[in-house]
Amino acid sequence: MRPMSEEEKKHRAEFDEMTRRNFLVKVGLGSIAVAGLGTTVFAYQYLSPNVLYEPSPVVDAGKPGQYPLDSVTLDPETAIYVVHSAEGFYALSATCTHLGCLTAYKPELGIIACPCHGSKFRKDGTKIEGPAPKPLPWLRMWLSDDGNLMVDRSAPISARQMVRV
Amino acid sequence: MRVFPENYVRQVAESRVWKSVFRSGTGFSNLKRSRFVQQNVFLHLFSVKARQRVLDFSVTWYLGALSFATFAILVITGILLMLYYHPSVPQAYADMKDLEFVVSSGVFLRNLHRWAAHAMVFLVFAHMFKVFYRGAYRPPREFNWVIGVVLLLLTLFLSYTGYLLPWDQLAFWAITVGSNIASAVPLLGGKIRFLMLGGNQVNANALLRFYVLHCMILPVTALLFIAVHFWRIRKDGGIYTGVPTTEGEQKR
Repeated sequence: MRPMSEEEKKHRAEFDEMTRRNFLVKVGLGSIAVAGLGTTVFAYQYLSPNVLYEPSPVVDAGKPGQYPLDSVTLDPETAIYVVHSAEGFYALSATCTHLGCLTAYKPELGIIACPCHGSKFRKDGTKIEGPAPKPLPWLRMWLSDDGNLMVDRSAPISARQMVRV
Repeated sequence: MRVFPENYVRQVAESRVWKSVFRSGTGFSNLKRSRFVQQNVFLHLFSVKARQRVLDFSVTWYLGALSFATFAILVITGILLMLYYHPSVPQAYADMKDLEFVVSSGVFLRNLHRWAAHAMVFLVFAHMFKVFYRGAYRPPREFNWVIGVVLLLLTLFLSYTGYLLPWDQLAFWAITVGSNIASAVPLLGGKIRFLMLGGNQVNANALLRFYVLHCMILPVTALLFIAVHFWRIRKDGGIYTGVPTTEGEQKR
């Protein structure tokens, strides 16, 4: 740091000395700081919606019977794949882990591909090539009481947990 | 004996009403001219006198003035487009189509807004390169360069927020990708995306937020910074011509 000049030292000493003016200046600056902090907190809270009118993360994917064996079915509305493999049913997120585009299943190649930047995934969500940094996450799937496949889009699970019907 | 138009102009300029508005008075001396600039709230952002050289095409290629001209076109056409556009999910796309096929001159105004927006991004970058390669950013003008960087960012944010408003597939996926880029910010990324979209998806809240940013917050902020940008040119000795003019430049 640059050494203080005589004038700055004098000015500094005057500020450090607790006169009535300095006291009021410090109280004023302190109040502005508190008000600023409060405004920041209120602004943040106001700008974060407490209620969202977004579709529910839980999706009813219908009866298991409608998904033939070895099929990968995309629902573009909810952005999930329902996969029926020999070991059982599982749900994959169809949202590319790169920048959030909707991927598509290519039946002729048996892979999932993203139209935006060319990421490719296998049917189990694992990555074939980037730029996607992560595999497509598996989503929690269960059978409802009336026998429908249910998927929670907000609940990624570790892979290989399948639903057998 | 003066002829008609000159006579009439002189009569208006000497009237009490004119003098109550423009206090510099009439006449063509340098003093009167400089007073006219000084006493006008808009013109006083500029130097009261300029060297002939600053008007040469080669000095600036007029890129700053052209950037401002595109901004002015965007404000005027944008306000007119706002009269037919509702920032809501069921109506936004239909309103955009109405502007193209139903509203008289709607397609002209929309295209003018669109092309002026592309032109503005190009011109602002070109202006920046011209300033950089001529060295016009050097002291004492370094602070005006910083304001220029802020104006570049505002231009890009204006361009980005306007991208969502047609509410078509291009808009939706562009903002999906863009907001996911924002969420790559370390630690705060997810929060930034949530606040930006007003939710977890590009939906009604995001459309409204982008509309308010695009039509109100960003243009007003840009206008304030533009005013300071112009005023700093005056304070730093007018448009940079390469010949040192102020004390700060001569010391360099």
